[in-house]
Amino acid sequence: MAGLHKSEFTNPVIRWVDTRMPVFTMMQKEYGSFPTPRNFNYFWNFGALAMVNLMIMIITGIFLAMNYAPNTAMAFDSVQRIMRDVNYGWLLRYVHQNGASMFFIVVYIHIFRGLYYGSYKYPRELLWMIGVVLLILMMATAFMGYVLPWGQMSYWGATVITNLFSAFPIVGDPIVTWLWGGFSVDNPTLNRFFSLHYLLPFVLVGVTFLHVVALHITGSNNPLGIDVKSPQDTLPFHPYYTIKDSVGICVYLMVFAALVFFAPNFLGDPNNFIPANPLQTPADIVPEWYFLPFYAILRSVPNKLGGVCMMFGSLLVLFVLPWLDTSKVRSARFRPLYRPFIFVLVVSVVILGMVGAHRPEGIWVVLGRVCTAYYFLHFLVLLPIIGKFERPLPLPESISKPVLGGGGGPLPAGAAAKPMEKA
Amino acid sequence: MMRVSVRHTLRTAALACALGAVALAAPARAQEAPVPPKQNWSFNGPFGAFDMASVQRGFAVYQNVCSNCHSMNLLHYRDLAGIGLTPEQIKAVAASFTVPLGLDDQGQPIEGPALPSSQFRAPFPNEKAARAAMGGALPPDLSLIFNAREYHGDYIYALLTGYADPPADMKMQAGMHYNKYFPGHQIAMPQPLHGGDVSFPGNAPNTLDAEAHDVVNFLAWASNPEMTTRKQIGVRVVLFLALMTGLTYAVKRQIWSDAH
Amino acid sequence: MADSSVTSPAFPGASGHAGHDAGKRDFLKLVTAAGAAIGVGAIAWPLIDSMNPSADVLALSSVEVDLTPVVEGQGITVVWRGKPIFVRHRTPAEIKEAQDVKMSDLIEPQPDSARVKAGHDQWIVLIGICTHLGCIPLGNKPTDPRGEWGGWFCPCHGSQYDTSGRVRHGPAPLNLNVPPYAFMSDTRVKIG
Repeated sequence: MAGLHKSEFTNPVIRWVDTRMPVFTMMQKEYGSFPTPRNFNYFWNFGALAMVNLMIMIITGIFLAMNYAPNTAMAFDSVQRIMRDVNYGWLLRYVHQNGASMFFIVVYIHIFRGLYYGSYKYPRELLWMIGVVLLILMMATAFMGYVLPWGQMSYWGATVITNLFSAFPIVGDPIVTWLWGGFSVDNPTLNRFFSLHYLLPFVLVGVTFLHVVALHITGSNNPLGIDVKSPQDTLPFHPYYTIKDSVGICVYLMVFAALVFFAPNFLGDPNNFIPANPLQTPADIVPEWYFLPFYAILRSVPNKLGGVCMMFGSLLVLFVLPWLDTSKVRSARFRPLYRPFIFVLVVSVVILGMVGAHRPEGIWVVLGRVCTAYYFLHFLVLLPIIGKFERPLPLPESISKPVLGGGGGPLPAGAAAKPMEKA
Repeated sequence: MMRVSVRHTLRTAALACALGAVALAAPARAQEAPVPPKQNWSFNGPFGAFDMASVQRGFAVYQNVCSNCHSMNLLHYRDLAGIGLTPEQIKAVAASFTVPLGLDDQGQPIEGPALPSSQFRAPFPNEKAARAAMGGALPPDLSLIFNAREYHGDYIYALLTGYADPPADMKMQAGMHYNKYFPGHQIAMPQPLHGGDVSFPGNAPNTLDAEAHDVVNFLAWASNPEMTTRKQIGVRVVLFLALMTGLTYAVKRQIWSDAH
Repeated sequence: MADSSVTSPAFPGASGHAGHDAGKRDFLKLVTAAGAAIGVGAIAWPLIDSMNPSADVLALSSVEVDLTPVVEGQGITVVWRGKPIFVRHRTPAEIKEAQDVKMSDLIEPQPDSARVKAGHDQWIVLIGICTHLGCIPLGNKPTDPRGEWGGWFCPCHGSQYDTSGRVRHGPAPLNLNVPPYAFMSDTRVKIG
């Protein structure tokens, strides 16, 4: 019939909807029969975990917002009212608070996966860049969320980070005043941070959608980093990867629950249990752990503007990563020269995190500078050079060869395109 | 071959960087303030719970000693149900305090016995009054003090029991007191507990040590009144998730069995 | 396939394995899906319950009212749980009127004695919310219209209540509600 989508679903209700609005066909195509490389390891769970985490944050956030008062006079107490008086308020709040940490753990591992297996390379450059946008949006959201409880760390974190913009000549100070809506971090600042903290997660959802759209055009990378060559190389996403992701989600939830129920303040700072006091800065001010490496880069540069530029640069360099890496081989498995350096990068980022947690004195200054230098050296110098000199190991012929033991045996019956009418 | 030697050099350099960085990061920073000794608290660990008898004694210490200077604005008398007081006991405790009760029909502020829904009576009406009465120092609100200090209970216990004569070479400022564990060692609060400050029902010991221990238990509860419930739910949640992990993994094995 | 009907909805694509252990396989999936459903339910409850009245709201669920200043014929309005509570000191004539009314004349028959506390006939305590659509009836201030039956008059849709707070003229279907309350002394009442 003209104007109606041809639906393959047999259930009359689903069929009625699907012929008019083919969402079921779309879901079936993108998450049902979607051909997915058959050799994923558990690193490939972390995209799905990030999506679950975003949902958890949005849901708990909506319920927290029902009880939160974005006003400097009430914010701290309203959070404590959530903790003490609202039914299960402590649970919502601790899930949201630790959910931020879990989100960064998941996303950092997801990024490491991309770096190690070369998921940023042709043809997935745009997919990677959208991912970097997601990371930056997520950081902005986390930063503004941390201000909302209006404790000492909230207040001074907001002050220090917004003051970064004052490093820019001429426009710096007007920008800072504009960000604050006043002459210090105060009620207008808290109000707009709450507004944006509520908005940005939905922007994240939208950009995540684009991330998935881009992914489903190019298809997923895989641990071998070679292209899918035949149907034997793939499995339908459902049930093979829905169930594998479910295993990952269970393990992830277990770690999450252990944190929430047994050590909810383990990753927090005692100072944030003191209400914001604009007249007294805490002795040691540190950002949340997930910002520490960037904070360390900021402090490693003795010049204010230089530090700010390096800090933003450490994120922006990721945008051009697909063009900095000159090797055509994706997976580090087949890049003997590149492989150790990716671990050096991880070690230096971890050390930068430790540097960020300590006062900039003595050995920590030296370590911070060495690791900052390595971070940029890795991306800007080593990646272009290594690609030129490296002799990669021989790549497997296809994904199914090593998995199926060279036989390239037949697919399990119906595995390639199992319809999902029962959905 | 030239290419091999470059590769070799780069790889050696990478390893050297990694090892060197780890070795350099190892020495920990020296602490300025002494680390308080670890105490054995009943609420530690995933199954730890509050010793409610001790928490109740700690509340008595707070009521009789601490509350003369320190507010606990986030607590209400009704919250004492959480340390095992009955509604009648809570009413009686509340009624023993006179608190502001809003305005009367003529618009004048009135005072009266506190209700269970009242906040804990604050010793001073506001920060300025507190500073004026305390020679400029502000006694912090104790509602969240346990969470708000590094080392939590260990620190509070060490502070309460850490008063001593200053070392001979230390110059104390006027009105300050020497304390081994307070950052900078000069604290405005005079030693609050000496032992024997409060007599407990059932002849529970009221040495300085016991009182400090009890008051830490009370403050730990005041900062985290949900802790017991939280851990109980947590054990169930983790067990459930462990079961689900096992089940899901079994289903995964089953589904994947035809793909290998 | 015969066994596809018992396949759990979570894993429909994996149904229909032939062979001797197909039943065992589907059972495992069913258990797992049931577990997942229980988990989702357990997650939903804290979210729902967080919207129920919180401890601080429940703690304010009773108020005490001093009746000394309320003279005969006068009414006051106090707030209990965010709702207006009408307390009226009735005159002997009003009490008699309320007691003598025929049950058959009432929309919701209820004797006056069931709406006041024994020995405190002169005090009527009501939740001041019209049982029709939730407006606040007039009649508590001396200048208010009290309607044909001398009680309360709802300005929204013209419902009228008598001196016992019983509805006498629609559209309200029910009498004004009596909140839970108790006399602590002759001049002091605790609502809630």
